Amino acid sequence: MEICGGQTHSIMKYNLPELLPAKIRLIHGPGCPVCVTPLEKIDKALALAAINEVTLTSFGDMMRVPGSSGDLLGARAAGADVRIVFSPLDAVEVAIGNPDRMVVFFAIGFETTAPANALALLRAASLKLNNFFLLCSHVLVPPAIRAILSSGNAMIDGLLAPGHVCTITGYREYAEIAAEFNIPVAVTGFEPVDILRGIEAVCLMKEEGRHEAVNRYERSVTREGNLLALNSMYKAFTVCDMTWRGIGRIPASGLTIRDEFSNFDAEKQFKLEYINTAEPEICIAGKVLQGLATPDECEAFGTVCTPETPLGAPMVSSEGACSAYYRYKQSK
Amino acid sequence: MEYSCPSPYNEYDKILLAHGSGGRLSDRLIREVIINELGDACLDSSHDGTVLDIPGRVAFTTDSFVVSPLFFPGGNIGDLAVNGTVNDLVCCGAIPQYLSLALIIEEGLPVNELAAIIRSVADAARKAGVRIVTGDTKVVEKGKGDRIFINTAGVGIVPAERDISPTRLKDGDEIIITGNIADHGIAVLATREGLSFGTDVISDTAPLNELAELLFAVTRDIHVLRDPTRGGVASALNEISRVAGKEIIIEEAYIPVDPQVMGACEIMGFDPLYIACEGRMLIFLPEKWSDKVLKVLKAHPQGQNAAVIGRVSNGKPIVKMKTVIGSTRVVDMIAGEQLPRIC
Repeated sequence: MEICGGQTHSIMKYNLPELLPAKIRLIHGPGCPVCVTPLEKIDKALALAAINEVTLTSFGDMMRVPGSSGDLLGARAAGADVRIVFSPLDAVEVAIGNPDRMVVFFAIGFETTAPANALALLRAASLKLNNFFLLCSHVLVPPAIRAILSSGNAMIDGLLAPGHVCTITGYREYAEIAAEFNIPVAVTGFEPVDILRGIEAVCLMKEEGRHEAVNRYERSVTREGNLLALNSMYKAFTVCDMTWRGIGRIPASGLTIRDEFSNFDAEKQFKLEYINTAEPEICIAGKVLQGLATPDECEAFGTVCTPETPLGAPMVSSEGACSAYYRYKQSK
Repeated sequence: MEYSCPSPYNEYDKILLAHGSGGRLSDRLIREVIINELGDACLDSSHDGTVLDIPGRVAFTTDSFVVSPLFFPGGNIGDLAVNGTVNDLVCCGAIPQYLSLALIIEEGLPVNELAAIIRSVADAARKAGVRIVTGDTKVVEKGKGDRIFINTAGVGIVPAERDISPTRLKDGDEIIITGNIADHGIAVLATREGLSFGTDVISDTAPLNELAELLFAVTRDIHVLRDPTRGGVASALNEISRVAGKEIIIEEAYIPVDPQVMGACEIMGFDPLYIACEGRMLIFLPEKWSDKVLKVLKAHPQGQNAAVIGRVSNGKPIVKMKTVIGSTRVVDMIAGEQLPRIC
């Protein structure tokens, strides 16, 4: 299983399965940050965007992810002030430049985006901004892998660990997972050759019966990770239980804003009505995210569900498995 | 870009609603800023329209330009508006002749910016050898537009022996791109988003008629011409493949992309195949002509990076790409707009 959606995308973009022996099957993992962001948070983002004084800022990926009713692009078309930013620090700039607006940044993602989002919060705190908030929905990779491996459903013989996440976190924890679940792990990059090297390493370990974590993304990842980034991440955030869209609640698998920064927590500072979430029944995004099904096994794939009219988040994000299949595999 | 204003056009430095009223201010704006700047690129008929004497087959096209920001590295909305319509005519096999120029200006646009834009219109028209023969200017209230929108329509003469159409695509036709792809889209995006990593990518906006005439001097046997603007090379190829009912196979390794453009695309999560060019052309022609045409293109400053990027074959009407590592995948139409990814 390749864990990261960026890897899934690369695999489909370069059609690596065509080059691999038939015995090797790649199972797509849960590592699409947009895809696993719980529906409730997207609905909250929509509710925040609907408030007159609020400017909602977000990464472009989140704009088309369907909530229970509509998406952020639709909200923008209906008149909400929703803006795409390329960096969370840009959202802080929006807040500085618009003191009369309440600027909320939709802070989502894995350990890759969390440090930058933490920096934005810390910067807003140091500037004593009172009009900048985070709607925080951060998730951590290792607890999700543990959940998938211990569920007993998935038939996974090896793991390609996410290279960019490991650039931040290092890969100590992945070595623990390898030993705990008797499974070979290769920290893997995103270029086609990186991915082939990861697959090679996992196959070799499998043949030799070794259950270790090895680094095949040497140009970016060290065992200890980026301590500076981790420090700011944990300065702003603390670990919490988290619901993963399509997978369910996983203990200690998320990050939430520390109490001392609760002034910047959009969920605490804005009164949001109870939100009743509803997922389309036909969508099998949950199974896809756990590696239990491939996108083309879904009856909605390419028919009711397309990138123009997505039912589930994996059809939206460039890192979503359904979108990668639709874009690179369909030949209708 | 500096907006220099050699002579004071009038006492106002910003466009007012009254400039579009049809009264004295309108008249002065049109005479002093527009007709004056256009100079010899303009055929001043002082009439409701222009009567043209055009012999033979005529190509006719129109396009609207709403680019933001108005000024970007390598050009502005003015030359874009001329080149876009000129290139649409060129891709019909026509020799562009006359353009119309319609401006919708938002109240408050600095007059010197308008003058700079019109100067670019004039320069681009001169370069492309076309004349602006009719036009219109409207001013809308602040907030009802985005500084300035431009529409141009154009007519050109299609020589009798030319027949350019996707239905003429033949199995074995080769596909040439006349230069690096995606430069325009990335230049605009980098300016719009104020990207902090600092690229010096320059838009490729340019008229294609010189290149096209070089091409037709080699052979009349050109099947399809297409300028891959919105939606980029991938969308243009998909459209042609569908209309022609033929399979198109391109080779990733041969597609010319500037390394800086590639880097910007990777950071923002874009695929350069879907990013607009404004001065490039896809040429579909019989294989026997492609070497000769390539040689001629490469000798022209606009065609230095020209390359054969693929061929047409008898298969299902889809576009496929042979990747750099030797596998093959589908290159689909894009769904919606490309959104920047987060990591």
